[in-house]
Order: sequence, then C-alpha cells, then structure tokens
Amino acid sequence: MNAADFSYIAALLRERSGLIVTPDKIYLFETRLLPIARKHKIASLDGLIAQMRARKCEALIGEVVDAMTTNETSFFRDRHPFEAMKKTVLPGLIERRAAQKHLRIWSAACSTGQEAYSLAMMLRDDFPALAAWRIEIVGTDISPSVVARAKEGAFSTFEVQRGLPIHSLVKHFEQVGEQWRIKPELRRMVDFRLFNLLGSLAPLGQFDVVLCRNVLIYFDLPTKARVLDAIHRQLARDGALILGGAESVFGISDRYGDVAGLRGVYSPAPAAGRAMALPPLRAAV
Amino acid sequence: MNTKRICLVVDDSSAIRRVMAGFFRDLGFDVAEAATGLHAIEYCEWHTPEIIMLDWNMPVMDGISCLRVLRALDMPKRPAVVMCTTESQIAKIQEALAAGADEYIMKPFSRDVLLDKLAQLGLA
Ligand SMILES: C[S@@+](CC[C@H](N)C(=O)[O-])C[C@H]1O[C@@H](n2cnc3c(N)ncnc32)[C@H](O)[C@@H]1O
Repeated sequence: MNAADFSYIAALLRERSGLIVTPDKIYLFETRLLPIARKHKIASLDGLIAQMRARKCEALIGEVVDAMTTNETSFFRDRHPFEAMKKTVLPGLIERRAAQKHLRIWSAACSTGQEAYSLAMMLRDDFPALAAWRIEIVGTDISPSVVARAKEGAFSTFEVQRGLPIHSLVKHFEQVGEQWRIKPELRRMVDFRLFNLLGSLAPLGQFDVVLCRNVLIYFDLPTKARVLDAIHRQLARDGALILGGAESVFGISDRYGDVAGLRGVYSPAPAAGRAMALPPLRAAV
Repeated sequence: MNTKRICLVVDDSSAIRRVMAGFFRDLGFDVAEAATGLHAIEYCEWHTPEIIMLDWNMPVMDGISCLRVLRALDMPKRPAVVMCTTESQIAKIQEALAAGADEYIMKPFSRDVLLDKLAQLGLA
C-alpha cells in the first residue's frame, strides 16, 4: 500500500468512526479488507482503495468502516463494573427514582450485545422489584453487522462460556441447534440501534447510566474529549458513566468526577476542587 | 504437612488429564487424577479437594452418578464441582446442576473459559 492510499484510508476511518490507524497497524487492512475486495471481485487492496476513491461508493465505504471495527466483547466483561452497578450505582438510583419508577441505561458501543444482555439479566435476577418499573436498556453501535447480531440475540457455545455463569445460561437462554438464544422476555428489555458516537447524541435522550467501554481506546485525544463531553449532556446529573479497564476521563474531560472506591465509574459532577488538585494532563497524553 | 489446595481431575482421557493437571499446577494447586468416577469417590473418602473437574462419559461409573455419590459423602468441606464434558444439551446441564454441580464447561473450551469459571467460583 502506498503512502497516499494509507493517508486516504486512515483519514476516512478517522472521520467516519474515530478509529485511529497508525502505520504499524497496516497489516489490519490486509486481514480485514482483503475479504471485502474478494467479495467484490477486486484483485487487491490497492484495487479496492482505488474503487473507493474513484467512485465514492457509500456502500463500499460503509463495509470498510464496519470491517475495521474491533468487536471483541463478552458477558459480564471484567466483572467489577457489574459488581459496582449491582452494589452501588443501581441501589442509589433506585432510591432516587422511587417516584418516577423509570430507569434508562445505555450500552454505547454495544458490539454483539453481551453487555446490554448482561445488564438485563442482572436487573431481572438481582432487582426483582424493578419488574414494576419502566426499564429501558439501549444498545448502540456503528457496525451494522454487530447490531444485527445483537438484535438476534443468538450466541455460540464459545460466546456463552465467556463470563456467563452456567445458572444464568440455563435460566435466560434457549438452546436452538448449536446456538444459545436469549429468551424473549429479556430480549424485549433491550433496544438495539445503529448509531455513531461521533454524531449528535441528542436523539437518544437522557440516561441514568452510560456504559461506554473499550471504544474510546481506539480514538485520538480530541475525539475522546468530544465524545465524553457529548455523553455528559445525555447523562442525568446524579447518574454514572462507566468506562473500560484501560480508559479514564482524567486529563481528557474535566466534566466528571470519580466515585470513591469504584474503579472505572465516574459521576457527571466533578468533585469540588478537583480542577485545582489535578493539573491538566493534555500536554502529557 | 501439605497445605496446598487440591484439584481432582476426573477424566478417562489421559491427554485431557495431563492438560488440565498442568493448568491447575500453574495456578498453584496440587493435582490428583482419576480415570473413572469410582476412583474419584475412593479418593474423596480420604481427601478433600477444593475443586473437582468432572467429565461426564467415563467407563465404570459416569460423572453424573459420581457427582450424586460425592454430594452424599460426608466431607469436611464441600468441594466445588465443575462438570467438563462434550455433553451440551440444556437438559444435561440442568441435570448436572440439580445433582449439585457448581459450574459446567462444554468441551472443547479454551484456557480463558476455565479461568473465567474459576474466577466466578472465587478460586482464581
Ligand atoms: C471492543 S468493542 C466493545 C464492546 C463492549 N462495549 C465491551 O466493552 O465489551 C468496540 C465497539 O465499538 C464500536 N465502535 C467503534 N467506533 C464507533 C463509533 N464511532 N460509534 C459507535 N460505535 C463504535 C465497534 O463497532 C465495536 O463494536
């Protein structure tokens, strides 16, 4: 791949999805884009990029953006964010929303849906009183192929063995041939939509909890800041933002504060004096 | 005196026992092996493993019969039992859970799955 092609496709991906591809990751183009080239009977990667540049074909560009996303996920991934939800975040919200009896949770960058379904299972199993509430779990992702899979809610044996306790599997899934399908009552708790985090988030409405895990890592600093600020506008003032294991708000957005004792959980209200205590890290990152 | 935690691996395949034993030794367990359900029960009459990895289909006494006997044994501490088998029908899984299995792994599986399950059981 020549330098001009690399710059073209790197810029395209950055603009469309926020994904940053550095030259050392060029091999990703080969493994992920060659199958698309083959599908369209194009002989090489160079040919594929030439097609994209010449015809500005949106469908083809969409396929490329989709193929370049990393969709790795699992049920109850990392466990501790779900423990934090169960022990602290949800009990607090349930108390404060006792009058409205309404909770909205967003799994931003939901991939194939395991995170959203894990939340649905937890609400059912550990908070039976919420059965009388209006609970909305919204899962969104930029990739059409994973959103379609999330909607279908069918998982392989390999997928259901990652992170899911066996009791949850037999309770919440039906076996259909080689696949495990989430039961309809749980499926109905979650609404999956195609959605780009770089677009306007306003149409999604306001949420009590936002899980935005393992997606900011793919973005550059200004994009992370932009997305964190946009999420802040959709987050109830007493709500919570949960990030992935390698992600943080500090040094990126000063609109959040940490929540004592809870790793990866942030409050949309910065702790008083935090700005004084923590010098901006922008230059260092 | 040996205070190490014991893992008992019950499988009629010596290859699987070897892989599983290596895995648990790396985690700091002492490993005992049994090739039939009967051997597993004999072992548990004298020792108290912390965890038992139990295959389903074995000669002499299969895993589910072994599990039922194990759960009726009077042991100083209740071992965690993880069924580890090619049986993947939901009815079989339910049968094992009803008989007292704590977790269930469908073969083939990866090391990560095993680690996940041990973490869920609070053992790793
Ligand atoms: C590694 S997965 C994380 C899934 C899940 N949140 C978790 O932590 O397990 C990252 C997901 O982010 C999605 N993604 C990447 N860029 C995005 C964007 N600009 N808008 C929405 N989703 C995006 C990808 O399609 C992918 O499914």
